[in-house]
Amino acid sequence: MEIPYAVKPRPDTGLYNAKVGIWLFLASEVMLFGALFSSYILLRVGAPAGTWPHHWLNVLLGMFNTIVLIASSVTVVLAWASLKMNQFNKYRMYQAITILCALIFMTIKSIEYGDKFKHYEFQLKDGTVVDGHIDREKSTVKVPAWIPFKLHGEGKIVIEHANVVKKHKTAAENHAELMEGPAPLSKEAKEAEERPEYEFESSQVQAFSNYGPWHNTYTAIYFTLTGLHALHVVGGALVIFMIWGPLASVWRKDPVQYTNRVEVSGLFWHLVDLVWIFLFPVLYLL
Amino acid sequence: MSHSTSHAAHVAHDDHDHSPEEIKKHVRRYLLIGAALMIGTFLTVWAAFIDFGKILPGGESVNWNVIVALIIACAKGFLVAGFFMHLISEKKMIYSVLAFTVFFFAALMILTIWSMEHSNIIHLQS
Repeated sequence: MEIPYAVKPRPDTGLYNAKVGIWLFLASEVMLFGALFSSYILLRVGAPAGTWPHHWLNVLLGMFNTIVLIASSVTVVLAWASLKMNQFNKYRMYQAITILCALIFMTIKSIEYGDKFKHYEFQLKDGTVVDGHIDREKSTVKVPAWIPFKLHGEGKIVIEHANVVKKHKTAAENHAELMEGPAPLSKEAKEAEERPEYEFESSQVQAFSNYGPWHNTYTAIYFTLTGLHALHVVGGALVIFMIWGPLASVWRKDPVQYTNRVEVSGLFWHLVDLVWIFLFPVLYLL
Repeated sequence: MSHSTSHAAHVAHDDHDHSPEEIKKHVRRYLLIGAALMIGTFLTVWAAFIDFGKILPGGESVNWNVIVALIIACAKGFLVAGFFMHLISEKKMIYSVLAFTVFFFAALMILTIWSMEHSNIIHLQS
């Protein structure tokens, strides 16, 4: 049985059904991300003074990924336009660039994620806060990279290029100062890169964790928002790849249906780009 | 692509708004919008390193940096939704679906902001 209005527009809506379908889906996607943006606002406003990080993520990487996604949005729409002009080879080339852009985006995102899992904050019993990457060769105690964050046994821990804050009496105040840290790309941030290593005994440790989703409400919402977005990038790229490669023979059988599929997958891709346009300033810049 | 030539008229026949001649004109527009989005990205980053609170009035009570960043993001979002997703020339059916989204999304944001202003939560200052 043939599915009605998969190709021809339905008389009452003036649209082929898949287009109505994708827009209904995109409408629900907007609400899904909207709910998470709402959570972000409430968490940010509700955060005690000095605990919400500013300019804490790598702005250059974030900006580069924004450019990559915008470029992919352009190639998606050009790919569709090429099919409309009956230029299948051009379409193939443009969508190949789109898939490549998706891969670049995901590579950079995983580098960013990986760095957060290697980055630790230790609060010592005297209130000192030490922040940085662990030198696993020099350290004599095994530090877990996943919950629960508990140390087993005695030994020393060595932090490379440590950021040490001990100006205040309490760990909370020192932590707040750490979160305020210098803006990336600033002179202070560059100087901070040359900080010496810092060593302490495991018995001095009060609490610690890496900057995974469990670290604070900021990392929780950061990983939730960008993780969900990254899943959309993977899903969208998979669909675009399937139409581009394994399902390419549909073009010969029914070019209109094929072009419609490219349009619908493109609409999804643009939404993924649209969400990132808001995520980038909200998480990286504000 | 030898097999595709015969389909040219077929593809174009779909709807006259998207005839090959029209599409050719659109390609130039897509490239320009792409360039505008890139410029918008640099603008957002540049704006984030300026303290607008010191330049614009009421900087103590209004977070101008958030407002500037959101204005740029909305402009970029409009370009993507309007032109890449063809929302500026879509069928009525799509608009009626999206009217619900706009309404509920706006309600969600207004309720969020409203709840912040009327919250009795005591924040412990560490």
